[in-house]
Amino acid sequence: MILFEDVSKMYRGAPKPALNNVSINIAAGEFVFLVGASGSGKSSFLRLILKEERPSAGEIHVLGQDLRRIPSRKVPLFRRSLGVVFQDFRLLPQKTVFDNVAYTLRVIGKSAGFIHEAVPDILQTVGLAQKAKNYPHELSGGEQQRVAIARAAVNKPAIMLADEPTGNLDPATSAGIMNVLSRINASGTTVIMATHDSGIVDQMQRRVIEIAGGRVVRDEHEGGYQTSAIPLGELDTAPIPIITDSDALAEPAQLPVKGISDPDTVASPFPWELRA
Amino acid sequence: MRLGFVLREVFAGLSRNLSMVVSIVLVTFISLTFVGTAILLQAQINQMKSYWFDRAQVAVYMCTDFSTLGDCDQQAASADQKVVIEQRLQSTTLAPYIDRYYFEDRDQAFANFQEQFADSAVVDLVSPELLPETFWINLVDPQQSELIFEALSGLPGVESVVDQRSYLDQIFAVLNAGSLTAVSVAALMLVAAALLIATTIRLSAFSRRRELAIMRLVGASNRFIQTPFVLEGIVAAALGAGLASLALWGIVRVFVQGYLADALPATVFIQTSDALATMPLLFATGIGLAVIASYISITRYLRA
Repeated sequence: MILFEDVSKMYRGAPKPALNNVSINIAAGEFVFLVGASGSGKSSFLRLILKEERPSAGEIHVLGQDLRRIPSRKVPLFRRSLGVVFQDFRLLPQKTVFDNVAYTLRVIGKSAGFIHEAVPDILQTVGLAQKAKNYPHELSGGEQQRVAIARAAVNKPAIMLADEPTGNLDPATSAGIMNVLSRINASGTTVIMATHDSGIVDQMQRRVIEIAGGRVVRDEHEGGYQTSAIPLGELDTAPIPIITDSDALAEPAQLPVKGISDPDTVASPFPWELRA
Repeated sequence: MRLGFVLREVFAGLSRNLSMVVSIVLVTFISLTFVGTAILLQAQINQMKSYWFDRAQVAVYMCTDFSTLGDCDQQAASADQKVVIEQRLQSTTLAPYIDRYYFEDRDQAFANFQEQFADSAVVDLVSPELLPETFWINLVDPQQSELIFEALSGLPGVESVVDQRSYLDQIFAVLNAGSLTAVSVAALMLVAAALLIATTIRLSAFSRRRELAIMRLVGASNRFIQTPFVLEGIVAAALGAGLASLALWGIVRVFVQGYLADALPATVFIQTSDALATMPLLFATGIGLAVIASYISITRYLRA
Protein backbone atom coordinates (compact mmCIF):
# COMPACT_ATOMS: atom_id res chain seq x y z
CA MET A 1 0.00 0.00 0.00
CA ILE A 2 2.65 2.52 1.12
CA LEU A 3 6.27 1.53 0.75
CA PHE A 4 9.27 3.72 1.58
CA GLU A 5 12.65 2.32 0.55
CA ASP A 6 15.70 4.13 1.90
CA VAL A 7 13.97 7.45 1.47
CA SER A 8 15.85 10.64 2.30
CA LYS A 9 14.62 14.17 1.95
CA MET A 10 16.92 17.16 1.97
CA TYR A 11 15.53 20.67 1.86
CA ARG A 12 17.58 23.28 0.17
CA GLY A 13 19.52 25.35 2.67
CA ALA A 14 18.84 22.98 5.56
CA PRO A 15 21.97 21.47 7.12
CA LYS A 16 20.32 18.18 8.10
CA PRO A 17 17.99 15.99 6.07
CA ALA A 18 14.32 16.11 7.10
CA LEU A 19 14.14 12.37 6.51
CA ASN A 20 17.19 10.16 6.58
CA ASN A 21 17.17 6.73 5.01
CA VAL A 22 13.62 5.83 6.00
CA SER A 23 12.22 2.44 5.07
CA ILE A 24 8.62 1.72 6.00
CA ASN A 25 5.94 -0.61 4.76
CA ILE A 26 2.31 0.15 5.59
CA ALA A 27 -0.26 -2.43 4.57
CA ALA A 28 -3.79 -1.79 3.34
CA GLY A 29 -6.31 -1.18 6.10
CA GLU A 30 -3.76 -0.31 8.78
CA PHE A 31 -4.19 2.49 11.31
CA VAL A 32 -0.80 4.06 11.89
CA PHE A 33 0.23 6.78 14.34
CA LEU A 34 3.18 8.88 13.33
CA VAL A 35 4.77 10.38 16.43
CA GLY A 36 7.81 12.47 17.10
CA ALA A 37 8.84 15.93 18.20
CA SER A 38 8.03 18.97 16.08
CA GLY A 39 10.43 19.13 13.18
CA SER A 40 11.23 15.44 13.39
CA GLY A 41 10.06 14.82 9.84
CA LYS A 42 6.43 13.72 10.28
CA SER A 43 5.04 16.34 7.94
CA SER A 44 7.72 15.64 5.35
CA PHE A 45 6.69 11.99 5.52
CA LEU A 46 3.05 12.90 4.80
CA ARG A 47 3.97 15.37 2.07
CA LEU A 48 6.07 12.73 0.35
CA ILE A 49 3.13 10.32 0.29
CA LEU A 50 0.98 13.09 -1.24
CA LYS A 51 3.66 13.75 -3.84
CA GLU A 52 3.81 17.35 -2.72
CA GLU A 53 7.55 16.80 -2.39
CA ARG A 54 10.01 14.60 -4.23
CA PRO A 55 12.40 12.44 -2.23
CA SER A 56 16.07 13.36 -2.52
CA ALA A 57 16.93 9.66 -2.54
CA GLY A 58 15.12 6.36 -2.34
CA GLU A 59 11.87 5.04 -3.71
CA ILE A 60 8.28 5.59 -2.65
CA HIS A 61 5.47 3.36 -3.80
CA VAL A 62 1.90 4.34 -2.98
CA LEU A 63 -1.09 2.26 -4.08
CA GLY A 64 1.15 0.22 -6.33
CA GLN A 65 2.54 3.23 -8.13
CA ASP A 66 6.13 4.40 -8.15
CA LEU A 67 5.73 8.06 -7.26
CA ARG A 68 8.80 9.02 -9.27
CA ARG A 69 7.11 7.71 -12.37
CA ILE A 70 3.87 9.64 -12.06
CA PRO A 71 4.08 12.56 -14.48
CA SER A 72 3.03 15.86 -12.94
CA ARG A 73 -0.12 16.04 -15.02
CA LYS A 74 -1.22 12.69 -13.57
CA VAL A 75 -0.66 13.81 -9.98
CA PRO A 76 -4.22 15.17 -9.59
CA LEU A 77 -5.61 11.79 -10.58
CA PHE A 78 -3.33 10.08 -8.06
CA ARG A 79 -4.44 12.44 -5.28
CA ARG A 80 -8.08 11.49 -5.77
CA SER A 81 -7.35 8.23 -3.99
CA LEU A 82 -5.99 10.10 -0.96
CA GLY A 83 -7.82 12.12 1.66
CA VAL A 84 -6.09 14.70 3.83
CA VAL A 85 -7.10 16.28 7.14
CA PHE A 86 -5.27 19.15 8.82
CA GLN A 87 -4.97 20.53 12.31
CA ASP A 88 -6.59 23.81 11.21
CA PHE A 89 -9.53 22.17 9.34
CA ARG A 90 -9.16 24.38 6.22
CA LEU A 91 -12.86 24.67 5.48
CA LEU A 92 -14.25 27.25 3.08
CA PRO A 93 -15.95 29.82 5.34
CA GLN A 94 -18.51 31.03 2.80
CA LYS A 95 -19.81 27.53 2.00
CA THR A 96 -22.20 25.41 4.03
CA VAL A 97 -21.20 22.07 5.49
CA PHE A 98 -22.86 20.32 2.59
CA ASP A 99 -21.13 22.52 0.02
CA ASN A 100 -17.76 22.17 1.68
CA VAL A 101 -17.98 18.41 1.36
CA ALA A 102 -19.60 18.55 -2.08
CA TYR A 103 -16.86 20.90 -3.31
CA THR A 104 -14.39 18.03 -3.36
CA LEU A 105 -16.65 16.03 -5.62
CA ARG A 106 -17.61 18.96 -7.82
CA VAL A 107 -14.04 19.91 -8.65
CA ILE A 108 -13.21 16.39 -9.73
CA GLY A 109 -16.26 16.35 -11.96
CA LYS A 110 -18.69 14.05 -10.16
CA SER A 111 -22.32 14.24 -11.22
CA ALA A 112 -24.94 16.09 -9.20
CA GLY A 113 -26.72 12.82 -8.63
CA PHE A 114 -23.63 11.22 -7.15
CA ILE A 115 -23.00 14.25 -4.95
CA HIS A 116 -26.52 14.19 -3.55
CA GLU A 117 -26.08 10.58 -2.55
CA ALA A 118 -22.52 10.58 -1.29
CA VAL A 119 -22.52 13.78 0.74
CA PRO A 120 -25.47 13.05 3.08
CA ASP A 121 -24.03 9.57 3.43
CA ILE A 122 -20.64 10.71 4.67
CA LEU A 123 -22.20 13.44 6.84
CA GLN A 124 -24.18 10.65 8.50
CA THR A 125 -20.96 8.72 9.06
CA VAL A 126 -19.27 11.65 10.81
CA GLY A 127 -22.45 12.49 12.72
CA LEU A 128 -23.26 15.82 11.12
CA ALA A 129 -26.38 14.93 9.15
CA GLN A 130 -28.33 17.60 11.02
CA LYS A 131 -25.83 20.37 10.31
CA ALA A 132 -25.60 20.11 6.54
CA LYS A 133 -26.98 23.62 6.04
CA ASN A 134 -24.85 25.30 8.69
CA TYR A 135 -21.78 27.38 7.95
CA PRO A 136 -18.39 26.51 9.46
CA HIS A 137 -18.42 29.48 11.86
CA GLU A 138 -21.64 28.14 13.37
CA LEU A 139 -19.93 24.87 14.32
CA SER A 140 -17.67 23.90 17.20
CA GLY A 141 -14.06 22.99 16.52
CA GLY A 142 -14.80 19.30 16.76
CA GLU A 143 -17.68 19.61 14.34
CA GLN A 144 -15.54 21.58 11.92
CA GLN A 145 -12.90 18.88 12.02
CA ARG A 146 -15.55 16.31 11.31
CA VAL A 147 -16.60 18.29 8.26
CA ALA A 148 -12.97 18.24 7.17
CA ILE A 149 -12.85 14.48 7.68
CA ALA A 150 -16.08 14.07 5.74
CA ARG A 151 -14.56 16.11 2.95
CA ALA A 152 -11.44 13.94 2.92
CA ALA A 153 -13.44 10.71 3.06
CA VAL A 154 -16.38 11.46 0.77
CA ASN A 155 -14.59 10.15 -2.30
CA LYS A 156 -13.83 6.87 -0.49
CA PRO A 157 -10.06 7.30 -0.61
CA ALA A 158 -7.81 4.27 -0.13
CA ILE A 159 -5.57 6.27 2.18
CA MET A 160 -6.35 9.02 4.64
CA LEU A 161 -3.56 11.25 5.91
CA ALA A 162 -4.28 13.24 9.06
CA ASP A 163 -1.78 15.84 10.22
CA GLU A 164 -2.47 16.41 13.93
CA PRO A 165 -6.24 16.40 13.46
CA THR A 166 -6.84 16.73 17.20
CA GLY A 167 -4.18 19.35 17.77
CA ASN A 168 -6.68 22.17 18.25
CA LEU A 169 -9.32 20.21 20.13
CA ASP A 170 -10.05 19.39 23.73
CA PRO A 171 -9.66 15.77 24.86
CA ALA A 172 -13.34 14.83 24.83
CA THR A 173 -13.81 16.27 21.35
CA SER A 174 -10.63 14.53 20.23
CA ALA A 175 -12.15 11.25 21.32
CA GLY A 176 -15.10 11.86 19.03
CA ILE A 177 -12.75 12.62 16.16
CA MET A 178 -10.78 9.42 16.82
CA ASN A 179 -14.04 7.58 16.77
CA VAL A 180 -14.81 8.90 13.34
CA LEU A 181 -11.34 8.10 12.05
CA SER A 182 -11.57 4.60 13.47
CA ARG A 183 -14.85 4.12 11.71
CA ILE A 184 -13.40 5.27 8.43
CA ASN A 185 -10.46 2.92 9.00
CA ALA A 186 -12.88 0.09 9.73
CA SER A 187 -14.49 0.64 6.35
CA GLY A 188 -11.18 -0.23 4.72
CA THR A 189 -9.34 3.06 4.44
CA THR A 190 -5.71 3.08 5.54
CA VAL A 191 -5.27 5.90 8.06
CA ILE A 192 -1.97 7.56 8.83
CA MET A 193 -2.18 10.10 11.59
CA ALA A 194 0.62 12.36 12.75
CA THR A 195 0.03 13.40 16.34
CA HIS A 196 1.45 14.71 19.59
CA ASP A 197 -1.51 13.45 21.56
CA SER A 198 0.00 10.82 23.86
CA GLY A 199 -3.35 9.96 25.41
CA ILE A 200 -4.89 8.99 22.13
CA VAL A 201 -1.91 6.93 21.02
CA ASP A 202 -1.66 5.08 24.32
CA GLN A 203 -5.36 4.42 24.32
CA MET A 204 -5.80 3.23 20.78
CA GLN A 205 -2.99 0.66 20.83
CA ARG A 206 -2.36 0.75 17.12
CA ARG A 207 0.81 0.66 15.11
CA VAL A 208 3.14 3.49 16.12
CA ILE A 209 5.98 4.80 13.99
CA GLU A 210 8.22 7.21 15.82
CA ILE A 211 10.45 9.56 13.91
CA ALA A 212 13.29 11.50 15.51
CA GLY A 213 15.77 13.61 13.64
CA GLY A 214 14.56 12.28 10.31
CA ARG A 215 15.02 8.60 11.24
CA VAL A 216 12.54 5.97 12.21
CA VAL A 217 13.51 5.15 15.79
CA ARG A 218 10.59 2.89 16.60
CA ASP A 219 8.03 0.92 14.65
CA GLU A 220 5.77 -0.92 16.99
CA HIS A 221 2.49 -2.69 16.53
CA GLU A 222 0.00 -1.95 19.28
CA GLY A 223 2.38 0.63 20.64
CA GLY A 224 2.00 3.64 22.86
CA TYR A 225 3.23 7.20 22.74
CA GLN A 226 6.67 7.59 24.10
CA THR A 227 9.12 10.16 22.99
CA SER A 228 12.50 8.62 22.66
CA ALA A 229 15.12 10.22 24.83
CA ILE A 230 17.81 7.89 23.60
CA PRO A 231 20.60 9.62 21.67
CA LEU A 232 20.48 8.97 17.95
CA GLY A 233 23.93 7.43 17.83
CA GLU A 234 22.71 4.37 19.61
CA LEU A 235 19.80 3.98 17.27
CA ASP A 236 21.62 3.35 14.04
CA THR A 237 20.19 -0.10 13.98
CA ALA A 238 16.68 1.23 14.40
CA PRO A 239 13.86 0.37 14.55
CA ILE A 240 14.28 -0.75 18.12
CA PRO A 241 11.11 -1.69 19.92
CA ILE A 242 10.84 0.16 23.18
CA ILE A 243 8.87 -1.29 26.02
CA THR A 244 6.05 1.07 26.73
CA ASP A 245 4.80 2.25 30.06
CA SER A 246 3.39 -0.78 31.79
CA ASP A 247 0.61 1.29 33.38
CA ALA A 248 -0.69 2.30 30.02
CA LEU A 249 -0.68 -1.26 28.81
CA ALA A 250 -2.29 -2.68 31.90
CA GLU A 251 -5.83 -1.84 30.99
CA PRO A 252 -6.18 -0.93 27.35
CA ALA A 253 -9.46 0.85 27.00
CA GLN A 254 -11.81 -0.59 24.45
CA LEU A 255 -12.55 1.91 21.76
CA PRO A 256 -16.06 1.44 20.45
CA VAL A 257 -15.69 1.41 16.71
CA LYS A 258 -18.76 -0.17 15.30
CA GLY A 259 -22.45 0.18 15.90
CA ILE A 260 -22.46 3.77 17.00
CA SER A 261 -24.72 6.11 15.13
CA ASP A 262 -23.61 9.44 16.48
CA PRO A 263 -20.17 9.97 17.96
CA ASP A 264 -21.49 12.93 19.91
CA THR A 265 -23.67 10.73 22.03
CA VAL A 266 -20.81 8.50 23.01
CA ALA A 267 -19.25 9.24 26.33
CA SER A 268 -15.55 9.76 26.07
CA PRO A 269 -13.86 6.38 26.33
CA PHE A 270 -10.68 8.06 27.48
CA PRO A 271 -10.26 8.95 31.14
CA TRP A 272 -8.38 12.11 30.13
CA GLU A 273 -8.68 13.90 33.42
CA LEU A 274 -6.89 11.13 35.25
CA ARG A 275 -3.91 11.25 32.98
CA ALA A 276 -1.24 13.64 34.09
CA MET B 1 -22.60 20.75 -13.91
CA ARG B 2 -18.90 21.37 -14.44
CA LEU B 3 -19.51 24.13 -16.96
CA GLY B 4 -21.88 25.84 -14.56
CA PHE B 5 -19.29 25.48 -11.83
CA VAL B 6 -16.57 27.04 -13.98
CA LEU B 7 -18.81 29.92 -15.09
CA ARG B 8 -19.81 30.67 -11.51
CA GLU B 9 -16.14 30.77 -10.57
CA VAL B 10 -15.42 33.15 -13.45
CA PHE B 11 -18.24 35.47 -12.47
CA ALA B 12 -17.23 35.39 -8.81
CA GLY B 13 -13.64 36.20 -9.76
CA LEU B 14 -14.67 39.07 -12.00
CA SER B 15 -16.96 40.67 -9.45
CA ARG B 16 -14.43 40.23 -6.64
CA ASN B 17 -11.75 42.18 -8.48
CA LEU B 18 -14.06 44.62 -10.19
CA SER B 19 -11.71 47.60 -10.13
CA MET B 20 -8.86 45.55 -11.60
CA VAL B 21 -11.16 44.13 -14.24
CA VAL B 22 -12.31 47.62 -15.19
CA SER B 23 -8.70 48.71 -15.60
CA ILE B 24 -7.98 45.70 -17.82
CA VAL B 25 -10.99 46.56 -19.95
CA LEU B 26 -9.88 50.18 -20.29
CA VAL B 27 -6.25 49.43 -21.05
CA THR B 28 -7.08 46.78 -23.64
CA PHE B 29 -9.72 49.11 -25.07
CA ILE B 30 -7.21 51.91 -25.59
CA SER B 31 -4.37 49.71 -26.80
CA LEU B 32 -6.58 47.87 -29.27
CA THR B 33 -8.01 51.16 -30.50
CA PHE B 34 -4.47 52.18 -31.36
CA VAL B 35 -3.86 48.85 -33.05
CA GLY B 36 -7.04 49.33 -35.07
CA THR B 37 -6.14 52.92 -35.93
CA ALA B 38 -2.79 51.79 -37.29
CA ILE B 39 -4.50 49.14 -39.40
CA LEU B 40 -7.08 51.61 -40.71
CA LEU B 41 -4.39 54.16 -41.57
CA GLN B 42 -2.59 51.50 -43.59
CA ALA B 43 -5.86 50.64 -45.30
CA GLN B 44 -6.37 54.31 -46.09
CA ILE B 45 -2.85 54.61 -47.50
CA ASN B 46 -3.35 51.55 -49.68
CA GLN B 47 -6.65 52.82 -50.99
CA MET B 48 -5.20 56.19 -51.84
CA LYS B 49 -2.19 54.58 -53.46
CA SER B 50 -4.20 52.33 -55.71
CA TYR B 51 -6.57 55.17 -56.57
CA TRP B 52 -4.02 57.86 -57.24
CA PHE B 53 -1.06 56.01 -58.61
CA ASP B 54 -3.03 55.04 -61.69
CA ARG B 55 -4.24 58.54 -62.15
CA ALA B 56 -1.07 60.36 -61.29
CA GLN B 57 0.46 62.14 -64.25
CA VAL B 58 3.67 63.90 -65.02
CA ALA B 59 3.11 67.53 -65.80
CA VAL B 60 5.47 69.52 -68.05
CA TYR B 61 4.66 73.14 -67.28
CA MET B 62 5.62 75.63 -69.98
CA CYS B 63 6.78 79.13 -69.27
CA THR B 64 4.32 82.00 -68.86
CA ASP B 65 4.98 85.71 -69.12
CA PHE B 66 5.23 85.81 -65.35
CA SER B 67 7.32 82.79 -64.56
CA THR B 68 10.88 83.17 -63.36
CA LEU B 69 11.76 79.56 -62.78
CA GLY B 70 13.78 77.37 -65.16
CA ASP B 71 14.90 79.21 -68.28
CA CYS B 72 11.70 81.20 -68.53
CA ASP B 73 12.93 84.72 -67.79
CA GLN B 74 9.34 86.05 -67.85
CA GLN B 75 8.72 85.04 -71.44
CA ALA B 76 5.99 82.66 -72.45
CA ALA B 77 7.10 79.54 -74.27
CA SER B 78 7.16 79.99 -78.02
CA ALA B 79 5.38 77.75 -80.52
CA ASP B 80 8.76 76.36 -81.62
CA GLN B 81 9.66 75.39 -78.12
CA LYS B 82 6.37 73.53 -77.74
CA VAL B 83 7.01 71.68 -80.98
CA VAL B 84 10.40 70.58 -79.67
CA ILE B 85 8.77 69.17 -76.57
CA GLU B 86 6.18 67.36 -78.63
CA GLN B 87 8.89 65.89 -80.86
CA ARG B 88 10.78 64.69 -77.82
CA LEU B 89 7.68 62.99 -76.51
CA GLN B 90 7.16 61.22 -79.79
CA SER B 91 10.83 60.24 -80.20
CA THR B 92 11.84 56.58 -80.04
CA THR B 93 13.68 57.14 -76.76
CA LEU B 94 10.64 58.32 -74.82
CA ALA B 95 7.62 57.01 -76.71
CA PRO B 96 7.84 53.40 -75.42
CA TYR B 97 7.47 54.63 -71.82
CA ILE B 98 4.57 56.91 -72.49
CA ASP B 99 1.07 55.57 -72.45
CA ARG B 100 -0.50 58.78 -73.73
CA TYR B 101 -0.09 62.53 -73.41
CA TYR B 102 -2.09 65.62 -74.22
CA PHE B 103 -1.55 69.32 -74.38
CA GLU B 104 -3.60 71.65 -72.20
CA ASP B 105 -3.69 75.30 -73.31
CA ARG B 106 -4.37 78.30 -71.10
CA ASP B 107 -8.12 78.41 -71.66
CA GLN B 108 -8.52 74.73 -70.81
CA ALA B 109 -6.35 75.17 -67.76
CA PHE B 110 -8.46 78.13 -66.68
CA ALA B 111 -11.67 76.19 -67.20
CA ASN B 112 -10.31 73.32 -65.09
CA PHE B 113 -9.15 75.73 -62.46
CA GLN B 114 -12.54 77.39 -62.24
CA GLU B 115 -14.21 74.05 -61.93
CA GLN B 116 -11.82 72.79 -59.26
CA PHE B 117 -12.00 75.91 -57.10
CA ALA B 118 -15.59 76.83 -57.93
CA ASP B 119 -16.43 77.82 -54.38
CA SER B 120 -13.23 79.67 -53.71
CA ALA B 121 -12.52 83.38 -53.98
CA VAL B 122 -9.18 82.59 -55.58
CA VAL B 123 -10.98 82.15 -58.93
CA ASP B 124 -11.48 85.88 -59.18
CA LEU B 125 -7.77 86.51 -58.83
CA VAL B 126 -6.73 84.19 -61.61
CA SER B 127 -6.84 84.91 -65.30
CA PRO B 128 -5.88 82.54 -68.17
CA GLU B 129 -2.57 84.38 -68.67
CA LEU B 130 -1.39 83.40 -65.23
CA LEU B 131 -1.82 79.70 -65.85
CA PRO B 132 0.84 77.71 -67.69
CA GLU B 133 0.33 75.63 -70.77
CA THR B 134 0.96 72.05 -69.82
CA PHE B 135 1.83 68.69 -71.37
CA TRP B 136 0.08 66.02 -69.29
CA ILE B 137 1.80 62.66 -69.58
CA ASN B 138 0.53 59.28 -68.48
CA LEU B 139 3.38 56.84 -68.16
CA VAL B 140 3.20 53.13 -68.89
CA ASP B 141 4.90 52.58 -65.53
CA PRO B 142 4.17 55.47 -63.14
CA GLN B 143 7.44 54.75 -61.31
CA GLN B 144 9.56 55.94 -64.25
CA SER B 145 8.81 59.66 -64.06
CA GLU B 146 12.54 60.22 -63.67
CA LEU B 147 12.96 59.59 -67.44
CA ILE B 148 10.65 62.46 -68.38
CA PHE B 149 12.25 64.64 -65.80
CA GLU B 150 15.74 64.04 -67.21
CA ALA B 151 14.68 64.38 -70.82
CA LEU B 152 12.57 67.53 -70.61
CA SER B 153 13.51 69.68 -67.63
CA GLY B 154 15.96 72.38 -68.53
CA LEU B 155 14.80 72.59 -72.14
CA PRO B 156 14.03 76.11 -73.35
CA GLY B 157 10.46 77.11 -72.59
CA VAL B 158 9.98 74.52 -69.88
CA GLU B 159 9.28 75.95 -66.46
CA SER B 160 9.25 72.70 -64.53
CA VAL B 161 8.53 68.97 -64.73
CA VAL B 162 6.47 67.65 -61.84
CA ASP B 163 5.44 64.13 -60.97
CA GLN B 164 2.12 64.37 -59.18
CA ARG B 165 3.12 61.37 -57.13
CA SER B 166 5.61 63.50 -55.26
CA TYR B 167 2.67 65.34 -53.71
CA LEU B 168 1.15 62.01 -52.71
CA ASP B 169 4.42 60.75 -51.27
CA GLN B 170 4.36 63.58 -48.76
CA ILE B 171 0.84 62.70 -47.71
CA PHE B 172 1.78 59.05 -47.42
CA ALA B 173 4.84 59.92 -45.37
CA VAL B 174 2.60 61.77 -42.90
CA LEU B 175 0.07 58.93 -42.80
CA ASN B 176 2.81 56.35 -42.39
CA ALA B 177 4.34 58.28 -39.52
CA GLY B 178 0.90 58.42 -37.93
CA SER B 179 0.39 54.72 -38.30
CA LEU B 180 3.88 53.98 -36.95
CA THR B 181 3.15 56.15 -33.93
CA ALA B 182 -0.11 54.32 -33.36
CA VAL B 183 1.68 50.97 -33.56
CA SER B 184 4.33 52.08 -31.05
CA VAL B 185 1.75 53.36 -28.59
CA ALA B 186 -0.28 50.18 -29.12
CA ALA B 187 2.76 47.98 -28.44
CA LEU B 188 3.52 49.79 -25.16
CA MET B 189 -0.11 49.69 -24.10
CA LEU B 190 -0.37 46.01 -24.93
CA VAL B 191 2.62 45.27 -22.71
CA ALA B 192 0.89 47.22 -19.94
CA ALA B 193 -2.33 45.31 -20.60
CA ALA B 194 -0.54 41.96 -20.43
CA LEU B 195 1.12 42.83 -17.13
CA LEU B 196 -2.14 44.14 -15.74
CA ILE B 197 -3.92 40.93 -16.69
CA ALA B 198 -1.17 38.86 -15.08
CA THR B 199 -1.38 40.89 -11.87
CA THR B 200 -5.15 40.71 -11.76
CA ILE B 201 -5.15 36.96 -12.20
CA ARG B 202 -2.57 36.67 -9.44
CA LEU B 203 -4.78 38.72 -7.15
CA SER B 204 -7.79 36.68 -8.11
CA ALA B 205 -5.89 33.47 -7.38
CA PHE B 206 -4.73 34.87 -4.06
CA SER B 207 -8.25 35.76 -3.02
CA ARG B 208 -9.22 32.17 -3.80
CA ARG B 209 -6.14 30.54 -2.28
CA ARG B 210 -8.18 28.40 0.12
CA GLU B 211 -10.24 26.95 -2.69
CA LEU B 212 -7.13 26.47 -4.80
CA ALA B 213 -5.34 24.63 -2.01
CA ILE B 214 -8.30 22.31 -1.55
CA MET B 215 -8.73 21.74 -5.27
CA ARG B 216 -5.09 20.74 -5.59
CA LEU B 217 -5.33 18.54 -2.53
CA VAL B 218 -8.37 16.61 -3.65
CA GLY B 219 -7.02 16.11 -7.14
CA ALA B 220 -8.82 18.57 -9.38
CA SER B 221 -7.04 18.52 -12.72
CA ASN B 222 -4.74 21.41 -13.53
CA ARG B 223 -6.85 22.39 -16.49
CA PHE B 224 -9.95 22.52 -14.32
CA ILE B 225 -8.19 24.76 -11.81
CA GLN B 226 -6.73 27.06 -14.46
CA THR B 227 -9.71 27.42 -16.77
CA PRO B 228 -11.75 29.90 -14.67
CA PHE B 229 -8.75 32.21 -14.35
CA VAL B 230 -7.92 32.12 -18.04
CA LEU B 231 -11.60 32.74 -18.84
CA GLU B 232 -11.58 35.68 -16.47
CA GLY B 233 -8.75 37.26 -18.46
CA ILE B 234 -10.53 36.46 -21.72
CA VAL B 235 -13.80 38.05 -20.63
CA ALA B 236 -12.08 41.26 -19.54
CA ALA B 237 -9.95 41.49 -22.70
CA ALA B 238 -12.92 40.68 -24.94
CA LEU B 239 -14.87 43.54 -23.35
CA GLY B 240 -11.94 45.83 -24.13
CA ALA B 241 -11.79 44.54 -27.72
CA GLY B 242 -15.54 45.11 -28.08
CA LEU B 243 -15.20 48.70 -26.94
CA ALA B 244 -12.25 49.24 -29.27
CA SER B 245 -14.23 47.84 -32.22
CA LEU B 246 -17.10 50.13 -31.37
CA ALA B 247 -14.77 53.13 -31.12
CA LEU B 248 -13.14 52.41 -34.49
CA TRP B 249 -16.49 51.94 -36.15
CA GLY B 250 -17.58 55.26 -34.65
CA ILE B 251 -14.40 57.02 -35.82
CA VAL B 252 -14.83 55.82 -39.39
CA ARG B 253 -18.55 56.50 -39.39
CA VAL B 254 -18.58 59.93 -37.78
CA PHE B 255 -15.16 61.39 -38.49
CA VAL B 256 -14.03 59.82 -41.76
CA GLN B 257 -17.33 59.30 -43.56
CA GLY B 258 -19.26 62.05 -41.85
CA TYR B 259 -16.63 64.78 -41.91
CA LEU B 260 -13.53 64.02 -43.99
CA ALA B 261 -15.39 62.58 -46.95
CA ASP B 262 -17.46 65.78 -47.18
CA ALA B 263 -14.53 68.07 -46.60
CA LEU B 264 -12.27 66.37 -49.17
CA PRO B 265 -14.60 65.03 -51.85
CA ALA B 266 -11.80 64.33 -54.32
CA THR B 267 -10.19 61.75 -52.01
CA VAL B 268 -11.21 58.15 -51.49
CA PHE B 269 -11.70 57.17 -47.88
CA ILE B 270 -12.03 53.93 -45.96
CA GLN B 271 -15.54 52.63 -45.35
CA THR B 272 -17.14 51.32 -42.17
CA SER B 273 -16.66 47.87 -43.73
CA ASP B 274 -12.90 48.41 -43.31
CA ALA B 275 -13.50 49.05 -39.61
CA LEU B 276 -15.58 45.88 -39.41
CA ALA B 277 -12.76 43.94 -41.06
CA THR B 278 -10.34 44.92 -38.26
CA MET B 279 -12.64 43.60 -35.52
CA PRO B 280 -11.68 39.91 -35.73
CA LEU B 281 -8.04 40.95 -35.48
CA LEU B 282 -8.72 43.15 -32.46
CA PHE B 283 -10.57 40.35 -30.69
CA ALA B 284 -7.88 37.83 -31.62
CA THR B 285 -5.14 40.13 -30.33
CA GLY B 286 -6.95 40.95 -27.10
CA ILE B 287 -8.01 37.40 -26.35
CA GLY B 288 -4.68 35.91 -27.37
CA LEU B 289 -2.90 38.33 -25.08
CA ALA B 290 -5.28 37.52 -22.22
CA VAL B 291 -4.88 33.77 -22.66
CA ILE B 292 -1.09 33.94 -22.63
CA ALA B 293 -0.84 36.44 -19.75
CA SER B 294 -3.39 34.77 -17.50
CA TYR B 295 -2.19 31.24 -18.24
CA ILE B 296 1.40 32.10 -17.39
CA SER B 297 0.27 33.98 -14.30
CA ILE B 298 -1.93 31.22 -12.87
CA THR B 299 0.57 28.49 -13.72
CA ARG B 300 3.32 30.36 -11.92
CA TYR B 301 1.03 30.99 -8.96
CA LEU B 302 0.13 27.33 -8.68
CA ARG B 303 3.75 26.25 -8.92
CA ALA B 304 4.94 28.67 -6.26
